[in-house]
Amino acid sequence: MVIERPSIDTVWGWLSEVPDPEIPVISLTDLGIVRDVAWAGDTLEVTVTPTYSGCPATTIINLDIETALRERGVENIRLKRQLSPAWTTDWLTAEGREKLERYGIAPPRPAGGPEHCPLCKSPDVERISQFGSTPCKAQWRCRACLEPFDYFKCI
Amino acid sequence: MSDPLFEYLCRMGDNTLVLGHRVSEWCGVAPVLEEDIALANTALDLIGQTQLWLGLAAEVEDAGRDADALAFRRDVWDFRNLLLVEQPNGDFGRTMMRQFLFDAWHLPYLTALMDSKDARIAAIAEKSAKEVTYHLERSTDTVIGLGDGTEESHNRMQAALDRLWPYVGEMFVGDAVDSSLQERGLAPDPASLRPGYDELVGDVFTAATLKRPEDDFAHKGGKTGARHSEHLGHMLTQMQWLQRAYPDATW
Repeated sequence: MVIERPSIDTVWGWLSEVPDPEIPVISLTDLGIVRDVAWAGDTLEVTVTPTYSGCPATTIINLDIETALRERGVENIRLKRQLSPAWTTDWLTAEGREKLERYGIAPPRPAGGPEHCPLCKSPDVERISQFGSTPCKAQWRCRACLEPFDYFKCI
Repeated sequence: MSDPLFEYLCRMGDNTLVLGHRVSEWCGVAPVLEEDIALANTALDLIGQTQLWLGLAAEVEDAGRDADALAFRRDVWDFRNLLLVEQPNGDFGRTMMRQFLFDAWHLPYLTALMDSKDARIAAIAEKSAKEVTYHLERSTDTVIGLGDGTEESHNRMQAALDRLWPYVGEMFVGDAVDSSLQERGLAPDPASLRPGYDELVGDVFTAATLKRPEDDFAHKGGKTGARHSEHLGHMLTQMQWLQRAYPDATW
């Protein structure tokens, strides 16, 4: 039997269409958690790194990757977990950052806080809590428009 | 004694498991919504770390058990967590003091473990340290805020410190398991972390206007499993009941 293997670039393209289950405006590749895609014989190996060790989205992400690849005819899939180097928000793509901002989540900055309110763009913002609705987010508030908003925290 | 590496990994995993479960007991009943969310997130991180530590322990043991089997099917005398983390939550102040006393040890310890010659241990430590950095930042801020707060909050924080301090010493007492790992370059000497710890907590207590207890008497027996406090068994009846009543239940 001749097995037609899609190219690695094609697979990366497919994965860039799989949305993050918690923040569906960004894709898994925007998030920077897909560390490697490679063929091992006729098995497609996808290496994924978790964002936070206890993030419940991790199992959903693995399931979504498998489903997306199966839908495109890949039969043998192996998902590998890679812990080191540990995921960092530096791996978020520029496109991913823009999508977050447009969605109303302030993108991470090394300075440790948002540049401005993602809604009204005022730089007058304050932290409510270092923890938020998902492990990757903190709660902030805008002093200008008074709206609370999520900040994707640096890690 | 069983394989020192297995014992060691159970200690790491049981610390995060037992503390994670304790902290999760606040879910839905914390004083304000932001604190509720912060506590639940902290618990989630700790349980996630538990899956990594106990997952590796099960792999090392190679006896057909997995992280869930270790967490839910062992009895109280097989647990290897520090006595500090099994202490009941008490009020919010005591919970945060327990967290601070643990975090102030946990982060430097994980940082030291990032140099472990076992790449698997180093990787878990690297991953965990990022999360624990946030835990320590929060527990430090809370201890200072409540310690240097109202008369009521100050008194409660001092009472929490007085009550929990006797459980601090155990974190720095090494035994044959520690020596075995230290000799192989896998883990640090626990005692080596004490000076840094005393300095860190000392600074925070000063900022929090709290007085460090003079007596360094330490209860021991948690990490060796020789003598847990009576609280752990009660906690396990809650934590383990589902897997005990309905073995292998999944959803």
